[in-house]
Amino acid sequence: MVENQKMIGTQKVPIITLADVGVSFGAVKALNDVELTILPGECVGVVGHNGAGKSTLVNVINGRLSSTRGDVSYDGEQSAADFRNALLARNAGIRSVFQELSLCPNLTVLENYRIPYRNMPRRAWRRNAASAVRASLDAVFPGNAIDPYSVVDDLPIADRQMVEIAIAFSRRDIDARLVILDEPTSSLDGAIADQLLAYIKKFCADGGAIIFISHMMGEIFDVASRIVVMKDGFITQDNDARHFTRDGLVDAMGHVVPDTAEVTGAKRRQEFGPEVLRMENGLNARQGEVVGLAGLAGHGQAEALAQCFLDRTSDWSASRDPAVVFVAGDRSRDGVMPLWSIMRNLSLQTLVEFSRTFLVDRKAERKVADEWHRKIGIKTDDLENPILSLSGGNQQKVLFSRALASSAPIVVMDDPMRGVDVGTKKEVYRMIRAEAEKGRTFLWYSTETDEILECDRVFVFRDSEIAAELQGDQITEENMLRASFEMQEAGQ
Amino acid sequence: MSMLNKTGETQHEKRGARYLLGMMSRKAWIWAYIAAGATYIATLMVVSSSGGAGALLYAAFTFASFAVIVGVGQMFVVTLGPGNVDLSIPASMTLAATLSLKFMATDGALVVPGLAIAIGVGLGCGLFNFSLIMLLRIPPIIATLSSSFLFQSLAIWSNRGLRIKPPEVLADFSTGGTFGIPNAAWVALLVSVLAWCVLEKAIAGRWILATGQNKRAARLGGVPVNAVRFGVYVSCAVLAGVAGFMLASFSGGANLNMGTEYMLMSIAVVVIGGSSIAGGNSNVPGIWAAALFMFLIVSMLNSYGLGAGVRLMLTGLIIVSVVVLASKRGRRV
Repeated sequence: MVENQKMIGTQKVPIITLADVGVSFGAVKALNDVELTILPGECVGVVGHNGAGKSTLVNVINGRLSSTRGDVSYDGEQSAADFRNALLARNAGIRSVFQELSLCPNLTVLENYRIPYRNMPRRAWRRNAASAVRASLDAVFPGNAIDPYSVVDDLPIADRQMVEIAIAFSRRDIDARLVILDEPTSSLDGAIADQLLAYIKKFCADGGAIIFISHMMGEIFDVASRIVVMKDGFITQDNDARHFTRDGLVDAMGHVVPDTAEVTGAKRRQEFGPEVLRMENGLNARQGEVVGLAGLAGHGQAEALAQCFLDRTSDWSASRDPAVVFVAGDRSRDGVMPLWSIMRNLSLQTLVEFSRTFLVDRKAERKVADEWHRKIGIKTDDLENPILSLSGGNQQKVLFSRALASSAPIVVMDDPMRGVDVGTKKEVYRMIRAEAEKGRTFLWYSTETDEILECDRVFVFRDSEIAAELQGDQITEENMLRASFEMQEAGQ
Repeated sequence: MSMLNKTGETQHEKRGARYLLGMMSRKAWIWAYIAAGATYIATLMVVSSSGGAGALLYAAFTFASFAVIVGVGQMFVVTLGPGNVDLSIPASMTLAATLSLKFMATDGALVVPGLAIAIGVGLGCGLFNFSLIMLLRIPPIIATLSSSFLFQSLAIWSNRGLRIKPPEVLADFSTGGTFGIPNAAWVALLVSVLAWCVLEKAIAGRWILATGQNKRAARLGGVPVNAVRFGVYVSCAVLAGVAGFMLASFSGGANLNMGTEYMLMSIAVVVIGGSSIAGGNSNVPGIWAAALFMFLIVSMLNSYGLGAGVRLMLTGLIIVSVVVLASKRGRRV
């Protein structure tokens, strides 16, 4: 322990060095040619889009993933990519706080502290653990009232986040030297977040290092001494924080998609019918409009869509002319009936619409299925084949057909283009356009910017609220990014 | 040379067998029929007297009918997916039988209102079960188990341990037969044909199957899942009421433990019949085979002269092994 303390700050031996590191999952390259060195005393802010490779980078550093290419070395020692990386990382004093909370909810706070501290002395460990957690909690979040003996599940989400952060900074046999914080403030309120930022500064001043991942620009600029920008698995910029401006950072993150510009400009209409939908959070849509829901993943778009659907349909009866239909993006959770044939899957939504009695009209079912088989090009010879015999993209087409075959005036789409190839995407865009011309309204959540660019109006979500409403020429990637990474000063 | 030929032949045979097996595993209920048939033959080998074959079959159909009626109800419930099961069937049967027979008081003129009471009691039990599950969000197993204590207590309170006799005309009907087939079997046949139609032909059947596969996806696909669950739990209890009414008429009166064996029976019949325990996949023909099998296995062990202890043990073993085999097949999806 003393040895460790000495090393902090006195020597400028990098805690971790990544040299030409790459990680591929099969054909997918999640990380390319990454060069990164982290010295004691640094606070490195990492920014980038969803899927830019931030989590992969973090997981290579903390040893959960082995790099497929390049060298990772801890404390200047060479360590080839092998299964012991997690151990090496732990011995180097590298600890992580994950975005999605990773405490065991059924255990108490101090039991959670015990889990990463594997060789903790057994004697009176509960008392020692409690005092260690207490000390850490008081150091990071002065004035909190969290009981280390309470079960994690009983704590509110903010307290859980605080506990996880405190555990990461707590005293153990090997002291924390590099702490990775992945969106640590997403569930903390402003005052508590400020306490954390203050502690981070102190920690770095004492010679510790921090990797700080956040979508809050204000926080990044507040604490980071160096900023790393990631895009598509590459580190595109790595520079002293003073060299960045907020707008410059947003520009650096964005990826430009010029090729769809002509499509969007030409097809966008100006005339819409009356308003057909308005939700409590301000989301609204007019007849014949394609409304996009943008923003970073997991900021409440999917919940808003589900709410919109559930509010307008019933648990107790099915209507012959439903108000709204749903296209699932998470197929296995929200869409596909795995035991059924393609045809049965396709006709589920419209059963009551095409059947006149309480019996299923088999002829009408066949007709609807054949029509969509042709229209959307489901790749199969026989619609009686099981749905699971289709590829993901084709299953998605079946789900599209299920919804579009209905007469519902509003179609809700929850990131529906997952696994759909480019050709089909274009075809579906065209179909959506054609249906919108006929007066249907689409609510479209997508994680892909070029899909959002197809929309007539866009609501950008942040923290389950609408951060911006964009129309016409305002719908640009830059504006969407700006709204999703909203600058913080307005709020505080 | 001959060796070569031989191996070639066996390979060919194997492929044929595999084809046959594949076909049979697609129609899971074939197994139940084969098992029932085998048990039937095995029993006949010891029952020597002439006319034994017909009499055995007649008895099998009579007793199987009650299991079929409750089994169909249970099948719908099990189809709703993991965790869905109705354990209150025996109590609902007893309560419906007790109240309706007490109302008729052996008066043959009151048969129709008596039946209506049995159905009404079933409705009430189903509503109560569903409201526990839906409003109080109690898991179905616990909800139906606890409500079964309630129903049973009501039955005890109402009949005070007496055996209530059925009206003569009803007793005659339920023990008699038409066109050489027991009347009870006709009723069960009617019930199962109706159930088959609902499952295979009606929109409601699609909804039940969809809800059983993935409740969330079904809801997002426009299925009124609460209405589906409501309908299933209520109709299961109504069928239990009807079965209780018939069983009491058949066995000469309602008594308090008349439903006991139908707890296991209703579930065993569903599983052996080839319905998937995981839900979303069920079939009606299998219920009949399984119900016949369950009766025949007992009479086979009886006719082999085995004592009650051995008989029960073997019955249990056979059920367990069939369930294991059946669930292995069920897992293929």
